[in-house]
Amino acid sequence: MASPAVASPPAVPARRSLRWRYDPAQLALYAVLLGAVSLLVVLPMASVLRGAFVDASGFTVAHVARFFYTPLYLESLRNSLVVGAAATLVSSVLAVPPAFLLARYRFPGQTLLLTWLTVPLVIPPFVGAIGLNQTLGRAGVLTLLLEDHLGVSFVAAEGLRGVVLAHALHYFPFVLLTVTAALANLDPSLEEAAKVAGARGVRLLRRVTLPLVAPAYAAGAILVFVRATDDLGTPLILNVKNMLGPQAYFRITTIARDDPDGYAISVVMLALALAAVWAATRLGRRREVATLATGGRRPGQSLRGPGAWVLLAFSAVVGFLGLLPHLGVLLLSVSRVWSLTYLPTGYTLDHYAEILFRAPQFVQNTLLYSATAAVLAVALALGIAYLQHRGRVPAPGLVDFAATAPIAVPGVVLGIGFLRVFDRWALPWVGAPLTALWVVFPLLYVARRLPYAVRATSAAMAQVHPALEEAAAVCGARRWRTFRRVTFPLLLGGVVAAGVLVFVTAAVEFSATVLLINRVEQSPLSYGIYLYAQSPRGRGAAAALGTVAVLLVAVGTYVANRIGGKRPALAL
Amino acid sequence: MAEDGTQAVSVELDRIGKRFGNAQAVRDLSLAVERGEFFTLLGPSGCGKSTTLRIVAGLLDPDEGAVRFDSRDVTRLPPWERHLGMVFQNYALWPHMTVFDNVAFGLVERRVPGPEVRRRVAEALEKVGLAGMEGRFPSQLSGGQQQRVALARALVVRPRLLLLDEPFSNLDAKLRVQMRAELARLQRELGITTLYVTHDQEEALVLSDRIALLESGRLVQAGSPRELYERPREPFVADFLGGANLLDGVVRRAGSGEAEIQVAGTTVTLPVDGPLAPGARVWVSVRPEHLRLSADAGTGALSGVVRATDYLGWTLQAEVELHNGACVQVRGLDPAVGLQPGERVVLRLDPQRVRVFPQA
Repeated sequence: MASPAVASPPAVPARRSLRWRYDPAQLALYAVLLGAVSLLVVLPMASVLRGAFVDASGFTVAHVARFFYTPLYLESLRNSLVVGAAATLVSSVLAVPPAFLLARYRFPGQTLLLTWLTVPLVIPPFVGAIGLNQTLGRAGVLTLLLEDHLGVSFVAAEGLRGVVLAHALHYFPFVLLTVTAALANLDPSLEEAAKVAGARGVRLLRRVTLPLVAPAYAAGAILVFVRATDDLGTPLILNVKNMLGPQAYFRITTIARDDPDGYAISVVMLALALAAVWAATRLGRRREVATLATGGRRPGQSLRGPGAWVLLAFSAVVGFLGLLPHLGVLLLSVSRVWSLTYLPTGYTLDHYAEILFRAPQFVQNTLLYSATAAVLAVALALGIAYLQHRGRVPAPGLVDFAATAPIAVPGVVLGIGFLRVFDRWALPWVGAPLTALWVVFPLLYVARRLPYAVRATSAAMAQVHPALEEAAAVCGARRWRTFRRVTFPLLLGGVVAAGVLVFVTAAVEFSATVLLINRVEQSPLSYGIYLYAQSPRGRGAAAALGTVAVLLVAVGTYVANRIGGKRPALAL
Repeated sequence: MAEDGTQAVSVELDRIGKRFGNAQAVRDLSLAVERGEFFTLLGPSGCGKSTTLRIVAGLLDPDEGAVRFDSRDVTRLPPWERHLGMVFQNYALWPHMTVFDNVAFGLVERRVPGPEVRRRVAEALEKVGLAGMEGRFPSQLSGGQQQRVALARALVVRPRLLLLDEPFSNLDAKLRVQMRAELARLQRELGITTLYVTHDQEEALVLSDRIALLESGRLVQAGSPRELYERPREPFVADFLGGANLLDGVVRRAGSGEAEIQVAGTTVTLPVDGPLAPGARVWVSVRPEHLRLSADAGTGALSGVVRATDYLGWTLQAEVELHNGACVQVRGLDPAVGLQPGERVVLRLDPQRVRVFPQA
């Protein structure tokens, strides 16, 4: 090939090929991760949408439209929204006064009070519901006390009210932590400026403090709303059927796998959750403005004046209420007979014998599934975080986006998607669909909890300055050696914390799990609780399993917080 | 990978170019660093000096051009095969390793046997004055000590080339001067080729055998500190190194090696480098310390009004507005003079130390 004489050749025509811009090993990792996330997240979601919008005649909105003409569904929608709003309101009322007390005052036992008030987070709402039934239910201790001594007949934990209470008592610590942090990080000079300008007391609170804390509070409150609206376990335990979660569950499991109404309900739930998460993200972004702490924090004041004591008394009441579900579950798990009496009339360890020796598979399964899910999720999260921060691949954020999207997906909906995708075809060699194998549960938990694992790992990765890796490369370490000797050890704390968090949240997952139960022998602890709770005689065993769940969550959260550093790792 | 007995290399950059998106970080940069030389890349932030250093380290791939060590092309060699020592701006000490493990890292990667690792780490720490600190973690060290560990880690592998990326920018002024002297001593002792990146002109002048001044990814001038300071090739060089007053001038008459130039209302005869045509516009570059207060207003004298004075104790500097409205900085005045703002003064420039640049 004769080329014409070039007047001035470029320096050295060594323009790098694709080989240098995109690292081949990273591209392979990228492909694997993208495949895994597509299979676990994108495919089930697409399948749900397909179920709702596509039928034999092609694309249609008829099923979703029918949702809005069916009185039962509309009632369920209304109930779900009411439960979500009420749970948010009640948890806010419970949380905000103690948050002010903790952020603004200094007093002995403060850390103890904070710990005590965050304890409710370790009890999943559907387990808490069992305890609430014993304390505030129709035959609960407090209900009986109220009736016998004050002549008031009021059942707090029953029906929708019970669902609201179970969620409010579980989630108020979340609002409390958010608001306490926001108050503590508030630039004190903002309030000082308002005081100098003449505002004080309630006016200061209303015109300056509350508006400044509002975005942080709202972001936390919206998450409470979403969880309460989406939940399936709590309504089922309290025998509430006319909410969105239970309706979707019953359509799919009792009417038909392909029942379009089930998918239409799922789409409505998905839309609600997406809207809420979008709102929370937007509000969260506005937070930074108020926390430009330049003046530093002011020391808290000592408890003085009636206001402070009212706050303290209120906090103590909240602390007591927060313990009711725990007390109910714990007591029920060791009671021989507890019916229409204040306290059990006999005590026994028989329920623990039942769940640990006679039917140990629930606990065993949960340990196996959760551990597998934790390892898988962390491995995926490590790869995703690594590519996102160090990737020389096209669109490194794509996998991250797909992996964190399930944060907005209600558990029921993900479970329905899994069922629809993985129950269809038999796996080669196995001869059965994936849903017949136990691995479907760990995979489900990976899909559901990957967002938390990715966020935690990604945050840890962001702490590792690239220069630390470059220094290793210059010192003679190849990429894998650098990862093994520098990057991984530095990530280890964050990674283990993320794994523990996945383990803990997987151990108490119910909404998606329940859809994939084929055989009792394969079911985990959360389904076991539901199963036992169906009969009056089994409630003791349900409570014993619930106690095990609470212990797992408590220990796991403690461990994750110890390893992961100062930031409280919230097991939502 | 050659381990021991490696010697200092020469480094050659041949028409290097590097882009980040739309920004041309380095353009058509060629440099030659000799064996054992202390060579500094100097320039304002964003001039491409760190990018160039990272290309030499192999941490970045150039879009075009070649890097050669001892005439051998290493452009495609990954960093772990280049056998370098590098000190990073933030030290990049691994927080999960002790001082010993940090320093030993490169030796372990090179499969050096244990007893020798211990001996050489001790030796390297001795050299930087940190003997006995092996068991500490980086978080337990002061900034200056961390700096020394980073230096020991870079030197312990007996690299062919030492790269330093603004290593002293995080130290306080006093420590910086001390570390500077130690680095100079170590570099001379070891005779190692050193490529040093800084934006601090004083550091560059004190340490370097030669300096390359970069601006916007382009090499402006390379040479010994004295060359750059005394014979800047462009106004930017004069201004960046030491500072300069740039005065607008017009060539009245041109001779060989000198020209009569009209500047700020007076006419002076100044030495010039190249041929200049009469009527050509030039920049007359005068360093602030080369302007003197004068009693008489003869030829070559600039008169103006003092606008502001800075009293620094040992010296006095002033800003003077000339007749044509241009402001000049004057340094190195005797504080005893007691100049007042508003006072009329006459300044005399030293023709031998003035540089004349043609205007583009």
